Amino acid sequence: MSDTTYPRILTAGDGCVVVEFGDTIDMAVNGRVASLAAAIRKTPFVGLRDLVPTYRSLAVYFDPETTNVEKTYARLEALSRDAGEGQAGGAKRTIVVPTLYGGEFGPDMGDVAEHTKLSEDEVIRRHTERDCYCYMLGFTPGYSYLGGMDPALEVPRLKNPREIIPAGSVAIGGKQTGIYSIASPGGWRLIGRTPMRMFDPGRDPAIILEAGMWVRFRPIGQAEFDEIEAEGAKGAYRPEILEEEVTA
Amino acid sequence: MSALVFSVSSPGMLTTVQDGGRWGFQGKGMPVAGAMDMQSLKLGNILVGNAQEDAALEVTILGPTLRVEEGEGVVAVTGAELSFTVNGAAVPNWTVVRVGVGDVLAFGAPLTGCRAYLCASGGIDVPVVMGSRSTYTRAKVGGLEGRALKKGDTVRCGAPGALWRQCEGFACPGELRSVYDPEAPLRVIPGPQDDCFTEAGKETFYGSEYVVSNSADRMGYRLDGPVIEHVGAADIISDAIPLGAVQVPGHGQPIVMLADRQTTGGYTKIGTVCSVDIAALSQRLPGQKVRFETIDLDGAVALVRNEGKKREELLRLRARWRSVRDDGLCRSVRGGTPTKGEFLLGVDGANHRISWEEVHE
Repeated sequence: MSDTTYPRILTAGDGCVVVEFGDTIDMAVNGRVASLAAAIRKTPFVGLRDLVPTYRSLAVYFDPETTNVEKTYARLEALSRDAGEGQAGGAKRTIVVPTLYGGEFGPDMGDVAEHTKLSEDEVIRRHTERDCYCYMLGFTPGYSYLGGMDPALEVPRLKNPREIIPAGSVAIGGKQTGIYSIASPGGWRLIGRTPMRMFDPGRDPAIILEAGMWVRFRPIGQAEFDEIEAEGAKGAYRPEILEEEVTA
Repeated sequence: MSALVFSVSSPGMLTTVQDGGRWGFQGKGMPVAGAMDMQSLKLGNILVGNAQEDAALEVTILGPTLRVEEGEGVVAVTGAELSFTVNGAAVPNWTVVRVGVGDVLAFGAPLTGCRAYLCASGGIDVPVVMGSRSTYTRAKVGGLEGRALKKGDTVRCGAPGALWRQCEGFACPGELRSVYDPEAPLRVIPGPQDDCFTEAGKETFYGSEYVVSNSADRMGYRLDGPVIEHVGAADIISDAIPLGAVQVPGHGQPIVMLADRQTTGGYTKIGTVCSVDIAALSQRLPGQKVRFETIDLDGAVALVRNEGKKREELLRLRARWRSVRDDGLCRSVRGGTPTKGEFLLGVDGANHRISWEEVHE
């Protein structure tokens, strides 16, 4: 914490202010973002509209008609100085993402195996072995920016992005892995698909994953895929969320 | 009396259900959406006796043709001048008209602006998804099946407020209307990444004329014009994209991010268009010019609050308009010499029975 540049308060229009904790992607900085978000949620101010935690900053949206802007800036300044790195002592929450790898749903699995010089089974093993940390959500509803993928799985993005990638596709792009939450264009390589709905507007909550949670991929077969998909269609599928205490 | 039900004879270019927006889920990647010209939506809702952020139809350039299939109510069009008609007769914007079964609501030539709001008593009633009725087409959320209106759709309204009949004929005075000068510079609050641009780059941005490109939609307006110079890279670690953010990617051309913008992104943002001027930009069309100038935070907040004062004034005028009409529900205080009476006053959905009596002391 010798860096005196941070935290810094950045004006982002007349309805938003951003508190920045650093200029790196790491869990300590991200933990401070989460701490500040939690502190604001605990005692929200009049006019608060939305909080957007990202890798290294928190955007605080407010209604300029009802918010005391000056006071809010001062309060954010005070809270951000106190925002600790969190995590330690808290519960580690992990969402299990059942994934059918390869085949029809993972058309780029062969390419990924070739690029990484690993067998397809080894790609699956490495992709499921390490939990990934969800730094933030963004891009599309329910899309998570994950960190912590096994570096051996790094592959370049496609030169020609696909125009449409089905929802639930599990993909690798560069050093990152992710799950397409809605059908969208994209240039990552598809290695599988989850039947679990990352985004379901009819469900409460519509998006289960939160910034600060962990993601664990679990390989499944076609029969389980069909089963989960059918349950999801009825709104009956309950994702598996593991909670474990973290000892600092 | 039943609520209005419209059938869609022709959907127009892009007609979507929009309200005050889907707030509270940007942290999960869900864009806010909502009306592009929020002040026009709110004023329109006040006119027809609704809550300010109720859902209305956002009509883009070429409007739809709707037929009233059931019910009765009042409607008003605010925002862009898109030649609104009822049964072929022109109806001025900002004015409340009564409609009933068989009436045909249509739009003609687009005269000024880009987006109009067709507000109807009771508000457009579609299922609330994540706290809002706003349509966000990219994720197929809200509105009618998450999409723009199409031919053959049925659009239902909610139950109108108790005093909807009294709104008929009510009009928004000129000085309270949200009418934007298409030549006026857009006021920008510098930041959050203005330090990523050279002094020359900032001078270019604030000193040049840009043109709205053909890539201008609810997500954002791409502008064409002189290249804005960065100090270093144009990419940053992805962070939140506030409403009105002026993103400048590596190509140096600004993109103003609007209602349907993605929640986060990785481009530098030289400034943020102030709330009031976001509506002004939303009413501009491809080919129209855009200039920018700076405003400080206090100045921008003062502008927003002034918009709020205009709406309060319209609420006061509405109360007066609805209170003096003599149609059995309210006893007139204008004509005759009654010494006491009572009337119903609906303010934003809540009904108040007001009793009054002349007193002699």
